Amino acid sequence: MKDKIARLQEKARKLRIDIVRTLHRSKSGHTGGSLSVIDMLTVLYYHKMRHDPANPKWAQRDRLVLSKGHAAPAQYVALADCGYFPKEDLQMLRQLGGHLQGHPDSKGTPGVEVCTGSLGQGLSMAVGMALGLSLDKSSNRVYAVLGDGELQEGQIWEAAMSAAHYRLDNLCILIDANGLQIDGEVAKVMNVESIGDKFRAFGCHVLEIDGHDIAAIVAALDEAEQVKGKPTAVVARTVKGKGVSFFENKASYHGVTPSDEELPRALQCLGDCCD
Amino acid sequence: MIATRDAYGEVLAELGAENGDVVVLDADLSGSTKTSSFAKKFPERFFNMGIAEANMVGTAAGLAASGKIPFASTFAIFAVGRAWEQVRQSVAYPKANVKIVATHSGVTVGEDGGSHQSVEDIAIMRAVPNMTVIVPADGVETKKAIRAAAAYNGPVYVRLGRNKVPTLFDDSYEFAIGKGCQLRDGSDLTFVATGLMTAQAVAAAEILAGVGVSARVVHIPTVKPIDEELILAAARETGAIVTAEEHSVIGGLGGAVAELLGERCPVLLKRVGVQDRFGTSGKAEDLLKYFGLMPENLVEAAKELLGKK
Repeated sequence: MKDKIARLQEKARKLRIDIVRTLHRSKSGHTGGSLSVIDMLTVLYYHKMRHDPANPKWAQRDRLVLSKGHAAPAQYVALADCGYFPKEDLQMLRQLGGHLQGHPDSKGTPGVEVCTGSLGQGLSMAVGMALGLSLDKSSNRVYAVLGDGELQEGQIWEAAMSAAHYRLDNLCILIDANGLQIDGEVAKVMNVESIGDKFRAFGCHVLEIDGHDIAAIVAALDEAEQVKGKPTAVVARTVKGKGVSFFENKASYHGVTPSDEELPRALQCLGDCCD
Repeated sequence: MIATRDAYGEVLAELGAENGDVVVLDADLSGSTKTSSFAKKFPERFFNMGIAEANMVGTAAGLAASGKIPFASTFAIFAVGRAWEQVRQSVAYPKANVKIVATHSGVTVGEDGGSHQSVEDIAIMRAVPNMTVIVPADGVETKKAIRAAAAYNGPVYVRLGRNKVPTLFDDSYEFAIGKGCQLRDGSDLTFVATGLMTAQAVAAAEILAGVGVSARVVHIPTVKPIDEELILAAARETGAIVTAEEHSVIGGLGGAVAELLGERCPVLLKRVGVQDRFGTSGKAEDLLKYFGLMPENLVEAAKELLGKK
């Protein structure tokens, strides 16, 4: 198990490098929120989820909905590394003619299940997928990844309410709680705490973890699988921009990409030697 | 006479028996939308989402992503008004195979009043890419349209009404998405109508015949994609078009026809519908008169155009 954790940590580090390089090249996209979520996506794509990059529509696959769709770069680098599409495609992120849209688009990118980007809508789609799997008596699971600012959208709570009402224990909600949004600290813009209490009140089994602790993420997802009769909400405390010291905890790096000057310093933080 | 929502309830239950992938969602209006018929027969495939339309639409999108054929219903103003962005982002943008079937459209919702009377739904669905918009005239057409929607792979919006309407079609009618039909030939002008206004147009044509005016009646059940050729032929051959819908004159059928004629065949045009106003409480038959949606109003519009010819 310790080997497994170490390998996942190393994978996450490599994917952070891919995120930083990709966003530097595209000059457009969401840096902070991609770096805060990548540890969770690493555990999902490389440990927890049943999926087959060669067969993106495999009927027995687990599903991931990136409800905080602006963290698309994190999902894209993972999908590319897994082999859903050629890594070169990352060079066309957000460019006309490429399939990697600014926010995940199921129409063009293998591995993307639904279109997200407008916050608050992905969890509802995850609920629908979970209901569909349940109708089919499938043992597959649905993972929905949300942001904490996103919890300000009322539709999230409609979805949470319905997930508990329909006893969707095949649904695991992960909240990438990095404490920041565009206009500043979530607590100051529109406080959403206590996130855990809210999800508990809405009928979910709640776990609170460090969202950068690979072992804790693994344990939480394992526990979620054992919970019966209700969905699980994993409140993962994270750092926006995690991995690059001068991006960390800065609302300003929400939608700003690494500059030419910042790239080598960022890569150095991530243990990558040169451009 | 049958209400289009009742026809919907019946055909949905039939479809449910024929196709195990059909699932139905509602937002606490199942008794009114008649999805309750399906719910009684197939409770495991019916999902009441409560008074939460945005979540209902998103959930339908998720079910479609899982290979189901979801029909999501509530009143028109809530289905595509409140949940407009969800229809746009979660259904239309990904081209999800979701059918939004809304009942209680237009002013004939009646006593509930303006908050519940959608006069904008055709317009706001028409403006969304990848969306097909169907407004059946009667129960027979509703059943065929719902079956066509189920067979079509992609987003569909079907607009139904609360009250009983005259039956215009019989089972020999061949409905096809995108195809309008000529109900009555004529040479002096054409009524281009949809939904319950088609019957009003037929009645208006009869009144006009009595005074020697030959009015063509063209029924347009699919407002998007609209049957351009049928409308252009009517424009070329009769030179005057009166559109009729239980909807605002802005952006619905009248808007679609104006767009088409303006570019391809400019002729005299008059849009009959709700004149950019909200609805109000009253009996459905009184409201049709109050908002100028009677055969007499269509006759008046026709005479106005003929005076300009």
